[in-house]
Amino acid sequence: MGIVLSKCLNLIHSTDFEVHRNWLAITHNLPVSQWYYEATSEWTLDYPPFFAWFEYALSHVAKYFDQEMLVIQNLNYSSQATVFFQRLSVIFTDILFVYAAHECCKYVNGKRPGKELLEKPMFVLAVLLLWNFGLLIVDHIHFQYNGFLFGLMLLSVARLFQKRHLEGALLFAVLLHFKHIYIYVAPAYCVYLLRSYCFTANRADGSLKWSSFSFLRITSLGLIVCLVSALSLGPFAVLGQLPQVISRLFPFKRGLCHAYWAPNFWALYNAVDKTLAVVGIKYKFLDPEKIPKASMTGGLVQEFQHTVLPSVTPLATLICTFISILPSVFCLWFKPQGPRGFLQCLILCALSSFMFGWHVHEKAILLAILPLSLLSVESPKRAGIYLILTTTGHFALFPLLFTPPEITTKILLMLLFTVYSFSSLRALFRKEGPLLNWLETIYLIELVPLEIFCEIVFPLTPWNLKFPFIPLLLTSVYCALGITYAWLKLYVSVLTESVTVRQKAE
Amino acid sequence: MEKWSLMTITVLLGLIVRWTVSFGSYSGAGKPPMYGDYEAQRHWQEVTYNLPIKQWYFNTSDNNLQYWGLDYPPLTAYHSLLCAYVAKLINPDWIALHTSRGYESQPHKLFMRATVLIADLLVYIPAVILYCCYLKETSTKKKIASALCILLYPGLILIDYGHFHLGFALWGVLFLSYNWDLLGSLAFCLAVNYKQMELYHSLPFFCYLLGKCCQKGLTGKGLVLLIKIAFTVVASFAICWLPFCTEVEQILQVLRRLFPIDRGLFEDKVANIWCSLSVLIKIKNVMSPQTQLKLSFAFTFLTLLPACIKLTLQPSLRRFKFALVSCALSFFLFSFQVHEKSILLVSIPVCLMINEIPLMCTWFLLVSTFSMLPALILDGLLLDYVVTTLAFLTVCATSFSIFEKTSEEDLQLKSLSLSIRAYIPSFKAFPKIIKSLFIVSVTLMGILTSMSATLNPPQKLPDLFPVSVSVVSCLHFLFFLMYFNAIVLWDSRNGRNQKKIN
Repeated sequence: MGIVLSKCLNLIHSTDFEVHRNWLAITHNLPVSQWYYEATSEWTLDYPPFFAWFEYALSHVAKYFDQEMLVIQNLNYSSQATVFFQRLSVIFTDILFVYAAHECCKYVNGKRPGKELLEKPMFVLAVLLLWNFGLLIVDHIHFQYNGFLFGLMLLSVARLFQKRHLEGALLFAVLLHFKHIYIYVAPAYCVYLLRSYCFTANRADGSLKWSSFSFLRITSLGLIVCLVSALSLGPFAVLGQLPQVISRLFPFKRGLCHAYWAPNFWALYNAVDKTLAVVGIKYKFLDPEKIPKASMTGGLVQEFQHTVLPSVTPLATLICTFISILPSVFCLWFKPQGPRGFLQCLILCALSSFMFGWHVHEKAILLAILPLSLLSVESPKRAGIYLILTTTGHFALFPLLFTPPEITTKILLMLLFTVYSFSSLRALFRKEGPLLNWLETIYLIELVPLEIFCEIVFPLTPWNLKFPFIPLLLTSVYCALGITYAWLKLYVSVLTESVTVRQKAE
Repeated sequence: MEKWSLMTITVLLGLIVRWTVSFGSYSGAGKPPMYGDYEAQRHWQEVTYNLPIKQWYFNTSDNNLQYWGLDYPPLTAYHSLLCAYVAKLINPDWIALHTSRGYESQPHKLFMRATVLIADLLVYIPAVILYCCYLKETSTKKKIASALCILLYPGLILIDYGHFHLGFALWGVLFLSYNWDLLGSLAFCLAVNYKQMELYHSLPFFCYLLGKCCQKGLTGKGLVLLIKIAFTVVASFAICWLPFCTEVEQILQVLRRLFPIDRGLFEDKVANIWCSLSVLIKIKNVMSPQTQLKLSFAFTFLTLLPACIKLTLQPSLRRFKFALVSCALSFFLFSFQVHEKSILLVSIPVCLMINEIPLMCTWFLLVSTFSMLPALILDGLLLDYVVTTLAFLTVCATSFSIFEKTSEEDLQLKSLSLSIRAYIPSFKAFPKIIKSLFIVSVTLMGILTSMSATLNPPQKLPDLFPVSVSVVSCLHFLFFLMYFNAIVLWDSRNGRNQKKIN
């Protein structure tokens, strides 16, 4: 029902659009051995093989729309038919997302079902998922294929809720080979499946019963994973191209942050570093000659060094991410709470990797927001955290759309989603009191003046030419604060909840 | 959920759909030398800003009336002037005299769209929201659903100019429903001074107010009210036409531009009786222009007189709204030089009744959008048309469950069917007939749409699809004319004794 209206077929296109056109051309024209070597365009193939096969399948349909888009040399080619076909393909693949949302809605555990349709937790969840502003913007306007990928993820979560563990594992393995960003949440899957599936029973107090380990189950899991990997990476391993594929998939040369800093911990780190540098120059603590001139929020993606604080290497980010995931993983291992616990761990893994990962894109926040929607309709605490996370996360996506017509669209859509999420969640939990305390409310309200400043006031000031990156910097730092706060709050609430569960059990 | 949040969401949805559709192509995009209505609007800004008022409606060396001359009343001109001032601040090139003809660029498109959106936001949307909020005897859910359906009406979204006149007319109806007659007449006068097609609605307003005055007694309070209303009308017209009142020639020239009698009975393909009849008999060749004029006047007044007389004798708000529809529809079908976009003047009053007779209103609104299909295809809006129409149909069908509500009472035809049963005792078939007709009609429209979009017409009949669209729509409109007239004429209840309609 909701997807009908999301067919905003504005024929504006962005760079990601050209990316996918290029991939259609590459997969259609070249033999498999060339796919990861082709570099005529700057947008090289950097998703795992299953996605490449998906583009290959699409390209066969694309033939009927416009032959020209399949020619590799046609860089930046965008006829009406091309755009139409691309957008139609996104809409079509979203059907999987709709189905997954439908499956998830069955497992929502509302406290008291409201009498009206609008107040049922299932309905609220369905709307929150299907009309998710972030997904709409990223998929339909900015153009990516996240809809069906998230559909796969939600479907695998739903299968785990339904205790169909093998299917869930299969779906996740397939998903991993479609887009490797989902490796962020792989620890949650591994630990959960190991703990709750391979060990078939628990002792009376909930702790591990080593003797109940089932070899059959772990071998079946292992078999599934290996089979899927073989299907996907097999051809390339045979051709000896694995190193090339891996280098394409994990481009560590790209720098700690994207051109626009994703609102994570490193954004705050960069901001502190910059302020210290400025302060240091002003008060003559530092020598201006030694500071590199490159601005970190220039339009290019490159490696750079921090000036005051120690520079960050990929290894450091890996270690930080690992440490931040540990508590939630331990929680899942020692005090499993069934599928719900798994979901919490998944969200925490996604958020932690977002906070500390290398070259994180702000779109990755959707990885945490969508699963959190499932929990938000169940308890008021989670709903409060969800509101903060989703509003700041979505706001952080604003810089993706910057042409004048898109600005109005994004503001209207954001208002729509925000108004709906706030009022529906408040209506669901009307008896529990306010969902957010005054500090959080003020923080969220401050987003409005920030937006007005960045979009309207700043471009008209003379600073626009000297420091063009200030709006981006402000947006990412402000959102980083919000997201960090939400992350910490969620962590604390998950850990304290499991402590009380353990105390009850003992 | 609270009413205000649901209303906000509805308004936002309406705005989003309007904004995204407005990024499709517009009429006359990239088609020199005359371009289209978009260029007309831009040209009016150019003319009103650069030339003195005295020259706006005259054919001078600076103002070539053949190239989109001003042919709407003064309020449109003032509105264009206002927009021109804003345009001057942003980019004077857009309205430079003579040199800006055919100016097309992305920022300019954005500017024009923004002015339209703001105009809608200020006048039309508040009127719709207030109207729905203060509907009597309906649940909150129905109110929100009505607002949503009205805001999603495809016809208004796809036709891309500011709908000030419809907004003002709506305000007029809103004020009248609160018995604020003076404000209502003022609002309506402003509407007429914005676009002269609002005269289609003038008779019901006049008859309703006259009837009210008569009810209050022509010698006492009624006369006072009549005088007050007359004064309001004259005053508002005077204020709008003030700059032109200095010379009689000015007024005459404006009137000549507003009512182009020498243009002929109809232009292009419009879902009008005359256009449809011309498939069989070439009226233009058979009769002289004077006879055509007299004939169209005669038919128009013949068809709308019964409803107006009943309204004057027994004025009630409900009858007033139905009369708005039937009079406007009579004008549309039989009048002179009707533009296909004038169907909007009929659609808006129909929207107002969507919560009372959802099935018929939805059906009418679908047909009205369908009747504009040839123009939409020409403007490149086919895809937007399909999507918005499907969305509208889905929203209406789910919010009002139109397929279940087809009893005689729901169709407001109880009195009529009772009278028919007096003659034919076994006549009970209204619901079934209507339902099947609806399904047939929708299927037919769907087929014609897909045919117009995909197939090429045969060589001998190049206008086959537009003409068939017009003829089909015209037949539908005749049916609706009879239906709405039947409701007004057989309706024996006055406004106060209505049973609960839900």
